[in-house]
Amino acid sequence: MTFDEILNISPYSLGRAKKEKLLTERLAELTRHHRANCPEYEAMLKSISFDESKISDYSELPFLPVRLFKELELRSAAKEDIVKTMTSSGTTGQAVSRIYLDRVTSSNQQKTLVKIVSSFTGSSRMPMLIIDCPSVIKNRAMFSARGAGILGFSMFGSDRQYALNDDMQLDIETVEKFLEKHSGERILLFGFTFMIWQHFYRELVKLRDTMGKTFDLSNGILIHGGGWKKLVSEAVSQERFKECLTDVCGLHDVHDYYGMVEQTGSIYMQCECGHLHASVFSDVIIRDPYDFSVLPQGEKGIIQVVSTIPESYPGHSLLTEDEGILLGEDDCPCGRLGKYFMVAGRLQNAEIRGCSDTYAAKF
Amino acid sequence: MQQNFDTEALRSVTYLVGDEETLANMPAVPAKVPFEDGILEFLNEVSKCLMKDPRSRTYSDVVTLAFWLRKASTLKLRERFEAHDGNRRFGRGVIFHIAPSNVPVNFAYSLAVGLLTGNANIVRVPSKTFPQVDIIADSISHAFETMSNMRAYIALIRYERNKSINDVLSGMADTRVVWGGDATISELRKSELPPRSTEITFADRFSIAVIDSDTYLSSDNKAGAAQSFYNDTYLTDQNACTSPRLVVWVGQNREEAKKQFWNELNKIVERKYTFQLIQGVNKLTSSYIAAVKIPGATTEEHKDNLLVRVNIPTITDDLMDLKDNSGYFFEYDCDDILTLRPLCNDKRCQTVALLGDLAILQPLLDSAPKGIDRIVPIGKTMDFDLLWDGYDLAESLTRVVVTG
Repeated sequence: MTFDEILNISPYSLGRAKKEKLLTERLAELTRHHRANCPEYEAMLKSISFDESKISDYSELPFLPVRLFKELELRSAAKEDIVKTMTSSGTTGQAVSRIYLDRVTSSNQQKTLVKIVSSFTGSSRMPMLIIDCPSVIKNRAMFSARGAGILGFSMFGSDRQYALNDDMQLDIETVEKFLEKHSGERILLFGFTFMIWQHFYRELVKLRDTMGKTFDLSNGILIHGGGWKKLVSEAVSQERFKECLTDVCGLHDVHDYYGMVEQTGSIYMQCECGHLHASVFSDVIIRDPYDFSVLPQGEKGIIQVVSTIPESYPGHSLLTEDEGILLGEDDCPCGRLGKYFMVAGRLQNAEIRGCSDTYAAKF
Repeated sequence: MQQNFDTEALRSVTYLVGDEETLANMPAVPAKVPFEDGILEFLNEVSKCLMKDPRSRTYSDVVTLAFWLRKASTLKLRERFEAHDGNRRFGRGVIFHIAPSNVPVNFAYSLAVGLLTGNANIVRVPSKTFPQVDIIADSISHAFETMSNMRAYIALIRYERNKSINDVLSGMADTRVVWGGDATISELRKSELPPRSTEITFADRFSIAVIDSDTYLSSDNKAGAAQSFYNDTYLTDQNACTSPRLVVWVGQNREEAKKQFWNELNKIVERKYTFQLIQGVNKLTSSYIAAVKIPGATTEEHKDNLLVRVNIPTITDDLMDLKDNSGYFFEYDCDDILTLRPLCNDKRCQTVALLGDLAILQPLLDSAPKGIDRIVPIGKTMDFDLLWDGYDLAESLTRVVVTG
């Protein structure tokens, strides 16, 4: 099965049985491909005596912890065919993930993102306001997760403007002009959850409260991602996030998404019911941290993500360090088929006893 | 000679036992004769207070400490370590101890040794709070009530990493005792010691276990062996310098021994070990890295993430760069004990926990390896002694007046 065949399927149109068959076939194929082309991957699978011809479905495929991409150089394509290296936005001093993309994988990421996002936004491009600063995408040789996200979503925008300047200050003039120019049109807004809260929402509140200045974004659709960790520590829930945005600028069409640099493209968009959805391009499996067995609906566990895209690096089946809960499959009131789930946060670092003091986390 | 005592630099220090004055006066406190009765009595008193404290019962490490401090036990140390060569010995003066941040009671052993050898002691306890630290500090304070003459010899302090405090306290030290491994040692090395002062450093180390499968199989207490090994490993998240990271199997009937040994261990781990959710992910990561870095490494199938074993076909000198903790074991089938030499010739190699006859290790010892400080029975790796990590602490913390 080729990836192009999957691209022809509408993103949320396959029920459980059909999707399982499709994923099992494609992912087993990718497993063989990576074994043949990535010696490190082959060594890993050999160490557990894995035989992909014996599996009955894709949940039996091995999953690589995402941290391996920080520790090892994992490529299934020749070095000279790598066109982009994506890195995770690790905090200073920490190792970063390196994801190697060739032309095919990179292009399939883009195509997949288009299929998924346009099923929410419609296929025509909209004027786009990026809630970030222009400098984040300046260095194109090294793509950070933030930069990659912005570039990826930029495809959906026509007249693209950055709402923040490089000091992360709200650029009021630009935003005003932009809204004036596109008044009455549908507008796409994109950014990272915490940036939006900190540098956009808070500023809008300030402008309203101190100067009585308000912006009308009721025509907008906001897509945001990048984790809730910082907002959870400020006790801002998803509901509150949405309510606050509606309150300050009339924005009500708000979609969170779950995704990671290790599987760019096959993101999980949040539907109108607040659920994250797996498309035909990928899936989530919730695993028990204690023994990695598959957990049933409703139980919290570690999120495994599988994606049909990665060909240039062995990242088609990954174990994240996020916890999540499967909410259901094929029966979300929004009508989309496939699994839907929620992310419950990140796994805590272990507190380990021992003689040697730990000054920084090992990874 | 009274040092310049920099009160300003010590402002962020908190005192669990003693106060600023104790600290300031410490260089003037007379050293004692090692193992003198008064010291043994005092430690015995601390032991009693620990035993009496109802909180102690919850902490097996505190109970073990209390036993170690009993007079019956310290008298044995006196017997073994008191020199009888006609020369006189005294404590060196002031010992500045830096305890590891994540072992709650280690500081107390370090302090006890400092006292036994006749010294005054400044002890930096872990900056992280542990109930055990408070229990021990309270017992020391209680013991002062009957033996107040010891007050001048102990200051238990706590402070966040801070070079200027390290500077002041190092400047007072006749010997500095640094636990906490390589990183802490290099931190402390930035603070100068006076010219005549000495230093004992407990660097990053690793340990291994050697099990003779035939000895194991002939034993009728397999649950006991598993419990011993549990104490050597899981009890400190298999992350103490003494915790075996590699299990070497010798003897004939290895496969049967392995089956029984790990099965027994798993039963105890299931019952006793507090599993942290991320640990399975960590071990999976480590086992895949090992698969890439060690040709031919295979991971044993495991029913849960409590116990992960990686078989390695050959011993390489960089094996320990790939070690992990919390129940992650390299396993090696050994036909020739000398194949362990690359690992044991590493200066970081500390303890060999042995189940079997010492003769097994003889050829390895005959090769005069640069590593291995101690060979102890399985279950005894954590037993603290004055011979520790390659140092004779009784010797290192005292000075000799040659009278002969």
